[in-house]
Amino acid sequence: MNTLRYAIPSLLLMAMLPAAFAEDHLVMQKDKAFSAKALSIKTGESVTFRNEDEFFHNIFSLSDPAPFDLGAFGKGQTRKLVFDQPGHYEVECAIHPEMRMTVNVSK
Amino acid sequence: MKHLRLCMAVVFGLCAGRAGAAVDARPADADPWLRPAQVPAPESNAPTAERVELGKALFFDPRLSGSNWISCASCHNPALGWSDGLPTGMGHGMKPLGRGTPTILNTAYNPLQMWDGRFKDLEQQALGPMGSGAEMNQDLGSVATEFAAIAGYRARFDAAYPGESISTTTIAKAIASFERTVVSGEAPFDRWRRGDAAAIGASAQRGFELFKGKAECGLCHMGWNFTDNGFHNIGLNSEDPGRYAQKPLKSMKGAFKTPTLRDVALTAPYMHNGMYASLEEVIEHYDRGGDLKDNLSPSIRPLGLTVVEKRDLLEFLKTLTGAPMLVVLPQLPQ
Repeated sequence: MNTLRYAIPSLLLMAMLPAAFAEDHLVMQKDKAFSAKALSIKTGESVTFRNEDEFFHNIFSLSDPAPFDLGAFGKGQTRKLVFDQPGHYEVECAIHPEMRMTVNVSK
Repeated sequence: MKHLRLCMAVVFGLCAGRAGAAVDARPADADPWLRPAQVPAPESNAPTAERVELGKALFFDPRLSGSNWISCASCHNPALGWSDGLPTGMGHGMKPLGRGTPTILNTAYNPLQMWDGRFKDLEQQALGPMGSGAEMNQDLGSVATEFAAIAGYRARFDAAYPGESISTTTIAKAIASFERTVVSGEAPFDRWRRGDAAAIGASAQRGFELFKGKAECGLCHMGWNFTDNGFHNIGLNSEDPGRYAQKPLKSMKGAFKTPTLRDVALTAPYMHNGMYASLEEVIEHYDRGGDLKDNLSPSIRPLGLTVVEKRDLLEFLKTLTGAPMLVVLPQLPQ
């Protein structure tokens, strides 16, 4: 019985590990450009976008797998998104259309 | 690329005819507030003197419109800052259009064209108003045939685009080549940046500091062309969806492209709908933080400018008026 008592929490912890330790990729927005032009990640991983400019930026994608719009955010602020649908994403800043990058999410 | 740079230099020397034109011959990043010497152009339409001269004739030729009465220059009038002085443009049948005519000054440097950024380059843009029923109302299916029937144009197209037929493509390329010569001339502000301390007054110098600082104009009107080439809802009383028609995102509702401020004193009235007759009214708009708050850009907020600060800003904006481009009207081919 004692063994079972300790085994159940351990199993729960093991089940939570993939989510808790899914990799997060940092992309900076600086001088009206993304720090990466292309990013390849796995399903379930996340990307954190950090604005290092003095003015507002935006993050959105109208790509088919899962369109999103994270809105506008100012200097020093971040927006984090978990990519839980595989596919090819064209990611842009709505305010500054020259800012474009791609995120390829593999299964 | 070297070839392209040389072409642009030759073309400007032959065709621009600008009085007192001076650009920053140093590396483009030497001073971000001075216009880089190199004017961008696509490899597929490298500028030549023949192309620019042809484009100039087409730009001033009213036969490009369905009525044979409206030319590009009817709205983009060089005597009116390459705009028309009207709140909104006047289209086919003298019907007012929905938006103001933007200047074509420095459009060569724009990554996107039109108030809502619907066209990616000047070649695309040239055909937009021409084929619009509300604007020049030209039948794009027959315009090439119409111009091919004019002997003087056949010779010019042959010289400008040898081996290519007269088509909407070559018409657009020629017009775009001319428009790329319409660039800002040296302004008092530029002379001041180059070290002439007396080129602008103390009030304008304070205005520049306000522009970059307290007034927060530089958050969008940044760099030598005073634009971030971006899109913002600045809280105007307008129901125009603006950029939203191209990018259906909430933040783009009512957002429009940041216009250049080069020669801004020459291009009244202001805003995409021409609702402000003067720069003073524009400054008041920004000082109160816009009017419609529904989808206001987070960059727009009340500024608390004093009377003196508003005057300083105005004085600074006036220093952006460059030496005028001397335009000799072409004798149109017959």
